[in-house]
Amino acid sequence: MRNPEAVTRSARLLQEPWQTSAPSGGLFKGTGRSVREIVARRELLNLLVRRELKARYKDSSLGFLWSLLRPLSILLVYYVAIGKFLGAERSIPDFAIYIFTGLIAWQLFSEIVSSSTGSIVNNAGLVRKVYLPREIFPLSTVGGALFNFATQMVILLAAVVLLGRVPTGSRLLYLPLSVAVVLVFATAIGLALAATNVYLRDVQYLVEISLTILFWASPVVYSWRLVHDILGGTWMESLYLSNPVTLAVLGMQRAMWVAGTDEPFPEDLGTRLLVSLLVGAVLLWLCQRLFNRLEGNFAQEL
Amino acid sequence: MTDTPAVIEVENLSKRFVIRKDKSIKERIVNAALSRRHREDFWALRDIDLSIDAGTTVGLIGPNGSGKSTLLKAIGGIIQPTSGTVRRRGRLAALLELGAGFHPDLTGRDNVYLNAAILGLTRQQTDQHFDAIVDFSGIEKFIDTQVKFYSSGMYVRLAFAVAIHVDPDVLLVDEVLAVGDEPFQRKCLDRIKSFQREGRTIVLVTHALDQVVDICNRAVVLEHGRVIADGTAREATKVLRADFDDQTTTEMASAGRGVNARVLSVQPLTADGRPLLTPAPDEDLVLRVTVEADEPLENWVLGIGIDTPTGQPVFGTNTQLLGLPLERLQGRRDIDVRLSGLRLGEGQYHVRGALAEWDGETFALLPHAARLEVDGDGSAVGPVGVSGIAVAGIGRPAAAGIA
Repeated sequence: MRNPEAVTRSARLLQEPWQTSAPSGGLFKGTGRSVREIVARRELLNLLVRRELKARYKDSSLGFLWSLLRPLSILLVYYVAIGKFLGAERSIPDFAIYIFTGLIAWQLFSEIVSSSTGSIVNNAGLVRKVYLPREIFPLSTVGGALFNFATQMVILLAAVVLLGRVPTGSRLLYLPLSVAVVLVFATAIGLALAATNVYLRDVQYLVEISLTILFWASPVVYSWRLVHDILGGTWMESLYLSNPVTLAVLGMQRAMWVAGTDEPFPEDLGTRLLVSLLVGAVLLWLCQRLFNRLEGNFAQEL
Repeated sequence: MTDTPAVIEVENLSKRFVIRKDKSIKERIVNAALSRRHREDFWALRDIDLSIDAGTTVGLIGPNGSGKSTLLKAIGGIIQPTSGTVRRRGRLAALLELGAGFHPDLTGRDNVYLNAAILGLTRQQTDQHFDAIVDFSGIEKFIDTQVKFYSSGMYVRLAFAVAIHVDPDVLLVDEVLAVGDEPFQRKCLDRIKSFQREGRTIVLVTHALDQVVDICNRAVVLEHGRVIADGTAREATKVLRADFDDQTTTEMASAGRGVNARVLSVQPLTADGRPLLTPAPDEDLVLRVTVEADEPLENWVLGIGIDTPTGQPVFGTNTQLLGLPLERLQGRRDIDVRLSGLRLGEGQYHVRGALAEWDGETFALLPHAARLEVDGDGSAVGPVGVSGIAVAGIGRPAAAGIA
């Protein structure tokens, strides 16, 4: 006397393929599997991003405004201290636009890297209890950072419109290219750091310090002209330019900083960006493989 | 009858945890050479083979640290086996610990959507079930309150409500049901029973052995990462209870507060002293307890009791409850405890005997001293018997009944 629902259920289950619970596969097969899993859970990814954004300023009365006030206050500080007091403003036209352009590119990078580093540890409750493709957690921080980036982009656009220096034409191609380079590198590094941070909690502190130092390795508050004047032609200049974030910052400035059109920029900036995008893609794949190798023991290490 | 397919197959599963005593970089570098010494292997699971058919409800039981939860996590795919394989099929929902994945700053409503997505539901599906989920959880009033203000009972209510609405083929439950209040627990058990009728598989980790007997049709006993018993819930809980009793006895022996006394036997007898196995209703039952002390024992208490085979006490008393101080015990002595008007329900029972200090701890226990079997005609279940059953108002003038 079996329930008909039970009968159909067991008939269906009989047809279903077995799933093995050990995900790691070959180099390429494993990637394909991970990507499919993540795509299958995109709705969850979306909810996690919303959760982060909603929860972040949940109890504050200004709420979402805070995410705008932070970069604006940094802009103000740099503008006054470096632009006015140190006089950087005299050699860089439209100094505020210049700083803000570099700043939002840099912030996109640093926010992704620093928040995805802690993402697995912060979601320990879930990682330990439920099986999900774990890449979802670092990726959700990418989503959150992108949202912030978008709002800052709106401010920047408003500013260039107000100043009447709206970028047009082919220079705008640099914008998506630079954003792509930042995204690819930051995600790759974020994945690797998120996984290693589970095993070695020192990583998150190391990341904080490294990000503070790396900020000065890109021409955000000083101009590329100064770097070029001092390092011009040496191997150190090549080293400086092999930093993908530097290239992306320069690319963003090339796209959005209309007043600086006549300022010097590194040669072949577009080609360099394309090359680093390719390198970044390979790195992203390698980091995902690393993440996959390490994720097996997440639940017990947390 | 159709064949029931297996939904979970565990083969040769072992899980090793490496316990590291150094966590920071500094310690690791300093101790690099000694690294071996700072590691310790711990086998949480050892060579587990298990196959679970669709539609069964399996209880994983065992003492603390026996690997039950680890096994459940391995089945759920949360931890990867050191060796061996775990295969499963069908949609799996895990109800592991209080609303894992609830974000304290979000409202109950947001969390329902989030949790449902974590368990694999799409947004439309959640929309469809939302009212049913809230209704089941019984916290409509608080659904738009942030979850951090919830009591732990409300947490579980909501988490359980979400988990059972995701239409799982396999539901994994890890010791959570105990948190809700009784009406809610009953609601959960009802839901679990309807799950069983619908052919869903449930794997349950719990310490509530009576619950296991009540709802599981199979139970697996784990100890030190190995399966030591696998069978019907009744058999398995029996094994585990016997195991616990052994442990208590050894612990009492090793506690060794210099008390050298023991219960040698407890014999069920009739009023005129003949051995008794199947007491009739209302028949007097004499329990003859033989105790022995090597050294003089003062201020002691004698206890007797009757338990079901799963260890649930049905009846128990002792000389302290009866207000009877006992004389000093030295050597061997027989004590008769006569019970009148006992009426047990149909089934098997165990008789136990124990020694304790007056106002103090039990120091000697003989758990399964003897067996009682009570016959019946199968008209009732449970450990309590009655002298008659009459039913009125069934539409016929005569009442059915047993005199």
